[in-house]
Order: sequence, then C-alpha cells, then structure tokens
Amino acid sequence: MCLGSWVTFLRALARGHHRNSLMGLYVCARSILIHKEQDFDTFDLAFAAVFKGNEHEFASRFSADALDAFENSLFEWLQDPKAFPALSDEDRAKLDEWDWDKLHDEFKTRLNEQDERHDGGSHWIGTGGTSPFGHGGVNPAGIRVGGAGGGRSAVQVAGQRRFKNLRDDRVLDTRQMGAALRKLRHLVREGAEDELDLPETIRATGSSGGEIDLVFRKPRLNKTKVMLLMDVGGSMDPHSQLCERLFSAASQLGRFQKFESYYFHNCVYEEVFTNIYDRRPVFTRDLLEKLNDEWSLIFVGDAWMSPYELTHIGGAIEMGHHNPVSGLEILGRLRKATRKALWLNPEPKRIWGAESIRMIRELFPMSELTLAGLEEGIETLRRSA
Amino acid sequence: MKNSFQSTPRYVASPELVATVNLAIDLEKPLLLKGEPGTGKTCLAEAISESLGCQLIHWPVKSTTKAADGLYSYDTLSRLNDARFGDGDVNDIRQYIKMGPLGEAFRSSERVIVLIDEIDKADIEFPNDLLHELDRMTFTVNETGDTISAEHRPIIILTSNNEKELPDAFLRRCIFHWIAFPEEELMRSIVAIHEPQLESKLLDACLKKFYWLREQPMVRKRPSTSELVDWIRALKIGGVRVETLHDELPFIGTLLKREQDIDALKKPRWRT
Repeated sequence: MCLGSWVTFLRALARGHHRNSLMGLYVCARSILIHKEQDFDTFDLAFAAVFKGNEHEFASRFSADALDAFENSLFEWLQDPKAFPALSDEDRAKLDEWDWDKLHDEFKTRLNEQDERHDGGSHWIGTGGTSPFGHGGVNPAGIRVGGAGGGRSAVQVAGQRRFKNLRDDRVLDTRQMGAALRKLRHLVREGAEDELDLPETIRATGSSGGEIDLVFRKPRLNKTKVMLLMDVGGSMDPHSQLCERLFSAASQLGRFQKFESYYFHNCVYEEVFTNIYDRRPVFTRDLLEKLNDEWSLIFVGDAWMSPYELTHIGGAIEMGHHNPVSGLEILGRLRKATRKALWLNPEPKRIWGAESIRMIRELFPMSELTLAGLEEGIETLRRSA
Repeated sequence: MKNSFQSTPRYVASPELVATVNLAIDLEKPLLLKGEPGTGKTCLAEAISESLGCQLIHWPVKSTTKAADGLYSYDTLSRLNDARFGDGDVNDIRQYIKMGPLGEAFRSSERVIVLIDEIDKADIEFPNDLLHELDRMTFTVNETGDTISAEHRPIIILTSNNEKELPDAFLRRCIFHWIAFPEEELMRSIVAIHEPQLESKLLDACLKKFYWLREQPMVRKRPSTSELVDWIRALKIGGVRVETLHDELPFIGTLLKREQDIDALKKPRWRT
C-alpha cells in the first residue's frame, strides 16, 4: 500500500463515502487500498481483527467526528514503522524532503480544505506522485532512511532496521531475477505487412525521383512464451523461498506474451498442478499439445530422487499414484516439445552427483538457481532459439 | 444528468458495486473491474452510461493496441496520398489528425464515459503509457503542438481478465473492484430480467443444478451467467418439466462448452 492511496482513502472518508457505516468503510478501504484480489483475504482478516467486538464504538466514532478519528488513526499508522515494508525507491527519496511538523500542518490544512468540499480534484489528486503531501506523509522521523533525525525513539530505530532488511533480503533478489528473465523477451516482426515503414518509404520515394513508393513491413510482436514447472516435493522444502522469488519475479515481470506455471512432486508424470494447495490437476498431455518452439520451458527442481522414480512404470512415490508411463519418458516428451528448455537446480553444482541428476542432465541443460546460473541458463535458451 | 449510479432495469448491481462505482466517480479515479468471465464487466459500463445519462465511448483493447492509439493518430498515408495526387491542402496537418477514444472524450463538451475494455490484452507497457494522460487528462499532439485538455473529466472504466498482471504504479491510481460471481439471490433477479415469466419452481431447480455444476472440480470451464440464461431459455423452448431436472441435465451443451467437461460429468462418480 502506498501513501497516495491512503490519502485518497482519507479523501473518500472526508467526502462521506463511508456513509457512517462499517460496511461503507469496508467498501471504501478495500476498493482504494487493495489492488489485487489475491490480497482481499488478508484485508478481510485485518479488517475483522481491528473491528471485531468494537463495531459500536467505531460506528459512533465515525458519526461523531469522522475526520478526527481518521486523523488520529493516520498518525498512529504513520508512527508505526511496521507498515512500511513496501516503499519504493521513489517514495524513499522523497522522505528526506519533509519533516514531521510541516507534514502535520500541511495535512491538517488539506483536511480542512477537504472538509469544505473542494471539488476541483486536481489539488488532491496528485497523491500518486505530484502532490507534495503524497510523499511528504511518510516522514515521521522514525523511518527516515539516512540523515540524522535526532531524538528518535528506540522503537523507531528498530523500525528502520527492519525496513532495511526487507529491502536487502528479498526485493533486490527478485529484481535481479527479473532483470535476468527480461532477456528472454523476444520481439519478432510477424503477420501481415500493414505497418507503414516511414524511413524506408522516404528512401524509396527519394530514389524514384519523388514518385511516391509506399513500403510496408510486419509489426513487431512480443512472442515470448514461458512455462515454468516447479518441483514442490519434500526435498525442495529448503529451497521454497528461493523458488517463490523466482516465481514472483517471473510472474510480476509480465513481459511475456504468455506465462504459465505448474507444480509437480519430485518428478513430472501424467498430471501437474496449477496450485500447490488445492492441487487442481492439468494433464501433461495438454501441456505437450500446447508447447512448441515459441515456448521456453523452464523446470525448477533438485532432480534428486531414486532412479526408479524416473525409469519405472509405477515408480511415483506418492501413495496411491500408479503412473502408467515412466517419469523419464514423460520428461523426454516434454524435451522434444520445444527447442528451448532449461532445468534450474537450486542445489549447488558440486553435489550434482546423483544418478537421477545425471539422467536428467542428459535430457536438459542444467544450471544452478543462482543469479549467475540463471543468466547462464537464459543465455542457453536464447542460443537454442 | 445524474451524478450517482444505481442499478438499471437491465443491470442488477450489488450494493457493494454501486458504492464502489460512485466512489470512483466522485473521487475522479479510474475504476478497474476484474472478475470471472461472464460477470458483466463490460455491461456495467453500459449500465453506468444509461444510469447517468452520459455517452459511452468504447475502446476495445487488442494485443496490438498502443497507448497512443487512444489519444490520436496521424494519418501520414492520406497526407502522402494528397501530396501526390493534389487533393486538399497538405500544409494543414490538423486535417490528418484523427482523435482516438480518449482524445474524443477529452474534447467532448459534456462528461462522457470511456470504457477501456480488456486492458490486460495489450502489451505490458500499455497501462504505464496511459498514466500521465489519465492523471492529468491532457496530452499534446506532437505534429501540431496543440494541447488537448479535458473540459469535463471523463469517467474512466477499465476491465481486465487477468491475462497479465498490471503494473503497480498503475494499480495504485485505480479504484479496484472484483465482481464476484453472483450469489443465488442476485442471480435470481438477474435471470428475472431476462426471463420475467419464468415459473419459480423451474427457476429454483435450474439454479440448484447450475450452482452444483459450478462446484464440480472436473468441470474446467465453469458456466457463467449468460450460459445459465441460455440454458433456461433452451429449457423453456424445449418444454422441459421441472421433475426431469432432478436426474438429468437436458441441453447440457448450452452450459458446458468443452467436450471433456461433458464426458467427465457423464462418469458415474460425478453424479449426485
């Protein structure tokens, strides 16, 4: 969540959109502050945790003086450093420009004006990035990054530390992975020649002495299609965080024409799953039908298992699962389905001695799931295109 | 012209959705709608237009759509053609500038609604490229230096089918609503709009079967509202009796569109 959205939220309340009811507040808060349906559940939990048992108290606070109540809760929120793990660089840079008192005053002025129903939205709207307040808001000295604030409390300092850890640990990693994956993007000119090639037209017209000669070309299209198959079997548990990061890097990147991801346990058999939790199955033969050379197929797994899990019919270790085709055979078919395939292994290369790893490496080029490995792997994919 | 949206005779909106639409209109923020296919995302824009009495400008987005297409296009081809064959005054570039849907909306003398439909179909940069124009409601025509600013901020409605994730910077500026699949009660009023004469016993039986079908894990393409309405229509025309529905599903082709789904349903273990 960002400050811009929060100020929009306050504006909505000041304009009476919560209609003095908890339900109204719920609708306002969710539609303004939450931008992905995946987060709705978390929002509901949080909303319930805050308001459970206090419905009447809160309801009376809204109707008594909505502005005061929300001004207070805004400042509580501002002072609580836990709420800031997701600041962007841009926001953070702005932190240093404002100080607490100025913010306080500024905010009050805005709220008052708002109370008077300023309808010309541009004054407020800038919250996303143009109004100074939008960014200034996040400057309770407690989370200022860098710059000596002076007289900060221990809690605030602790908050600063947490904030930094989050950035170093996760965000940067996902970004680096994203940067590596971006290289997969592949633009081709394809389709009907319906785009006017202006430089070429001018050249052709010039060379034919002013006789207009129109030159058309095919438009550029993004043809990158990526399919990610991830092992979520037991031996992968220590790597789950790393895999999660790769997954979020790939899915958030959004630079592919298509991106699909599936899960499997230890080895791919006749079914894979679209979701770890409710295990909704997809037939591997459907994937095979879909795959062609436009797709990059990326496996993520330790490839570590007993050889019979790969080679034997009925070798799957899952209880009650008897696979009619051996895992190795299925992997072989997947390999043949596209020229661009890669296996990323989260285990370091020096312990890739297992028989199952050797067999899989015969099929797929394998790289470590490290930044360097990822770059190397993607280079392999690009070359095999 | 009215200022707040409410359900229309042809579109039943949940109270939550009505509140969200009015919130977006009042705060002058784009309204982003997502939801299962067939939950009426596009229809909502038509209903808002009807309810508020504003004109609706529809901008369907395709995979090749560029943000600039929405603002204006410069018809170089006509100009080249005119230069060659001498029709019209080629020095006046303005006559070769054609406004796109957003450009039209900005120039309109009254408030209009712009529906940017299926925004996720376009390239990933598309939403980001529109940020500035949607924030400031102004753009410049490079070829002439003219600035086009909105006299009346249009109401912007965006729909997405979740084919791609939208960029965070874009999401932050939107009011977001997920149109949930209608509960039985709401569905009843939706069906009533399309089939007002329907016997309530038959409707009960249809809804029961329909929601049961949607819960079957083997059904991969779950039927949606429009399919339910088609099915009920088929049942009516076919003169199917209520009792029949207890143990069979006539005209199942109107509900399930994948052969595999129909096959899966025929296996005895999926019977109730």
